[in-house]
Amino acid sequence: MFITKYLSEVFGGLRSLLTGMRRTGYYFTHHKNIITQQYPNEKPVLAERFRGEVVMLHDDNNEHACTGCTACELACPNATIKIVTKFDLTPEGKKKKAIDKFVYHLELCTMCNLCVEACPTGAITMAPNFEHSVLNRNELTKVLNKPGSKIREGVE
Amino acid sequence: MLQEVAQKETGDLVINVGPQHPSTHGVLHLVITLNGETIKKVEPHLGYIHRSIEKMCESLSYRQFIYSTSRMDYLSAHINNHACALAVEKGLQIEIPERAQVIRVLMDELTRLASHQLWWGALAMDVGAITPFFHAFREREVLNDIMEETCGARLTMNYMVPGGVMFDLHPNFQSRVKDFITLFKSKLPEYDELVTGNVIFQNRMKQVGFISAEDAVSYGCTGPTLRGSGVSCDIRKHHPYELYDKLQFTEPLETGGDCWARYLVRMEEMRQSLHIVEQLIDNIPEGEFQAKTKAVLKLPKGEFYSRVETARGELGVYIVSEGGLTPYRIKFRSPGFSNLSALDHMARGQKIGDLVAIMGTLDLVIPDIDR
Repeated sequence: MFITKYLSEVFGGLRSLLTGMRRTGYYFTHHKNIITQQYPNEKPVLAERFRGEVVMLHDDNNEHACTGCTACELACPNATIKIVTKFDLTPEGKKKKAIDKFVYHLELCTMCNLCVEACPTGAITMAPNFEHSVLNRNELTKVLNKPGSKIREGVE
Repeated sequence: MLQEVAQKETGDLVINVGPQHPSTHGVLHLVITLNGETIKKVEPHLGYIHRSIEKMCESLSYRQFIYSTSRMDYLSAHINNHACALAVEKGLQIEIPERAQVIRVLMDELTRLASHQLWWGALAMDVGAITPFFHAFREREVLNDIMEETCGARLTMNYMVPGGVMFDLHPNFQSRVKDFITLFKSKLPEYDELVTGNVIFQNRMKQVGFISAEDAVSYGCTGPTLRGSGVSCDIRKHHPYELYDKLQFTEPLETGGDCWARYLVRMEEMRQSLHIVEQLIDNIPEGEFQAKTKAVLKLPKGEFYSRVETARGELGVYIVSEGGLTPYRIKFRSPGFSNLSALDHMARGQKIGDLVAIMGTLDLVIPDIDR
C-alpha cells in the first residue's frame, strides 16, 4: 500500500513537472517576440510624460517664462530648487524682478512633479532623460536658465 | 556570544538570517532558534531601513507628504497615495469628480495586479523555481509601461493628489489596458500550468505555516493572510471607498490557513482585479479629473482616519491636525508590520526550509514594515 502511494506520488510529481516543462519548451521553440532590450546599443522608447529631470523651456530667442515667483521652490518637498533673483532695469527706468539663477539639485530630486504643477506660467517641465550618471557629484547641481536668457515679453 | 550561550544551555542553535539575505526580500533580520532543523523561535529585528517617514511628513504640507508614502509599500504605491489623499479629502470635505474616482479605482486595481504578479514570481523563485519569475515580470512590464505612459513613472508614481489625480488619462490608456486584459487572460492559465498544478510546489505549500482564524485576528493580520484563514476582511467590501460599493466582485476566501490557502487567495484576487478593471475600462465618464482645491491646503483642527485595502492588507492613515499648514502627527497602520508579527506563530515547529515559503506567502515588503 505504501509502495503504491509512494510511486503514484513520484509519477504524479513527474507528470506535473513535464506539464510545466512543456510550457518552457513552447517558449524555447517559439522565441519570435524577444522582449529583452540590449540597452546601450538599443535606446529604450520612453513615454512623453516620463519624469526624468526638471528642465526650463526656452524658445528660439533664448527667452523663458520664469518670473521668479518661487512657487516651485515652495512646492518642492526636498528643497531641490533654489531661485536667486535680481533686479533688472526696464526701458522706463523702473526696477523689475527677474531670475538670476534657477538652481536645480538633481541629486535631491525625487521626480514628484509638484514643482511643475505649481508653476503658474508653465516655465518648467519634466523631461524624459534618465542617463544622469556623472563622475563628480557637483555636476548634478544645474542652473536651468541658459546663459544670456531673459523673460519673455508679456509674461507676468 | 548569544549563540554560544544558547548552545551551551539547551543545545539549540541560534542563526541570523539577513539583513542581507536574498530571500527576505529586503533588509529584514531574523534571529532563528533551531533545534536540529526544527524552528523553535523566530525573532524579527527591524530598523535597517527606517527612514522616519512619519516624522518627515510632519514637516511637509498636505500636498507634499503624499509623495513619500510611495516609498513605503513601493509595490502598491498608488494605493498608499490613495489612502493619504482620502484622509486629506476627508478633512477638506471636498467631493471628488466621478472621472477621478474611476481613474483611481482603475489604477488601484492595476497596481494590485502588478504587485501580485511580482509576488507570484518571487514566491516561486523563493521555493526554487526560476522560470516563473521571468513569466511574471514579462506581464508586469506591460503594466509598468501603462503606468509610465499615464503617470510618468514606473514605480513611485505620485499620481493621486488631494482632489483627484495629477493628470488626465493618456489617450492610449484604454486600448492598452484592453490589450493587457486579453494578454493576461491568456497567460493566467500558464501560471496555473507552471506552478499551481506542480506537485512539488503543492507539497512545499500544503500544511505549512498554519495559522487559525482566531490567532490571525489576534495578531492583527489583514488582507490575503487573514482571508487565507477564512475571515472576511476586505475593506473594499466592508467599508467601501470611492466606487467599490457599485462594483461587482467577490472576496476570495479559503479556510486552510496554510501557505497553500494564502496562495490560492492571491491567485483568485488577480482574477477579481481583472474583473473590476474590465467593468470600468469601458465606462470612464467624461468630466474633470481633479476637483478645484486651494493652492495652500489647510485642514481644520481634528483627527482624520482613512483606510484602504492594499495588495497586502489594510492600510490606515491617521492624521492629527492643529489647523496649520502641516500635520501635527501622522501615523500609518501598515499591513506588513502586523502580518510579520504572525511569522513566529506560523513558523514554530516547521522546518527551516519552510520558513522561506511562509515569508513568501506573507508577501513581505520591508520598507512598508519599517517605514
